[in-house]
Amino acid sequence: MSTTKPIATTRSATGIPTGKLAVWWVIGSEIVIFGGLLASYVMHRLGHPEWAEYASHTNTWFGGANTFVLLTSSLFAVLAHHAAEHGDGKKAAKWLLGTCAGGVVFLCIKAVEWTGEIQHGYTITANGFWHFYYTAAGLHALHVIAGCVIMLIIANDARKGKELQRVELIGIYWHFVDIVWIFLFPLLYIAK
Amino acid sequence: MAEHQDHADDHGQAFYVKIWAILLVLLILSILGPIVAPHVAFGFLEAWMITLMTAFGIAVVKAYLVAANFMHLNIEKRYITYLLTTMLMLMLLFFAGTAPDVMEHRGQNWENVAAEAEVERALAAEGEDPHAEHGGDHDDAAH
Repeated sequence: MSTTKPIATTRSATGIPTGKLAVWWVIGSEIVIFGGLLASYVMHRLGHPEWAEYASHTNTWFGGANTFVLLTSSLFAVLAHHAAEHGDGKKAAKWLLGTCAGGVVFLCIKAVEWTGEIQHGYTITANGFWHFYYTAAGLHALHVIAGCVIMLIIANDARKGKELQRVELIGIYWHFVDIVWIFLFPLLYIAK
Repeated sequence: MAEHQDHADDHGQAFYVKIWAILLVLLILSILGPIVAPHVAFGFLEAWMITLMTAFGIAVVKAYLVAANFMHLNIEKRYITYLLTTMLMLMLLFFAGTAPDVMEHRGQNWENVAAEAEVERALAAEGEDPHAEHGGDHDDAAH
């Protein structure tokens, strides 16, 4: 198998490395996906006064705990980048594993939270509010899962000192996932 | 030279931990906002305004801190900021184009009968039994 990289990987018209530019474009498209979903939620929420009562059943403490977990995992991601910049692949891999653990804790908290809500009858088919609640938080959770999988692959390479530039790329993606949650938290848990 | 050294120090581990600590303080403030709001509301400053400010105002500040310092947008090429701003503008364009038809249930020559009926039904159900209402009769007519 050839290890030669494609020309597109090594050239750059913008002065930004191609891999990094690709991640920024992914994030650009993600803004439209999540932005469209959240904008739809906001306009429905404002048009349906009865949703205030539905929203009052979400648990702020679960949302707050998950915000804490994601903010902390973002710190780990940027520390992984810091280590990779200094050429310390092993340390970068450890921080990435910490970030990934944060993602797993986030998903566990979400699982406990959703189980309780579903048992109380707040299912995805209950009403418009819960449609949006499970769709937005579910889509976000899928991004957390995808991020964790990619992070494990990159951590495995970083551990061997390979492709250290990718540590920054997965970090940028992870911070974006964090920012999406930063807006989901007040929308679904605080504004009641 | 000194400036260069300062810059390198700024982005050391301690700097990132400092940003994380600020983010945690902001998180606590956003949780306390709705709890404290009814007690500090006065004059024109009503409780819901304080809640909105502490919820969404703080969310914007938190997002800025993460984007600027963790994603390093503050030292990234301007091209990326323009790209992301364009996408945010597209989101606002979508909102401006569709929100009037969703937020209002009647206009000069139209009426969203299903949405009006759903609002009326749900509010009546809440009035009858505020604890039993999940909107769980699966009436999706308004959605």
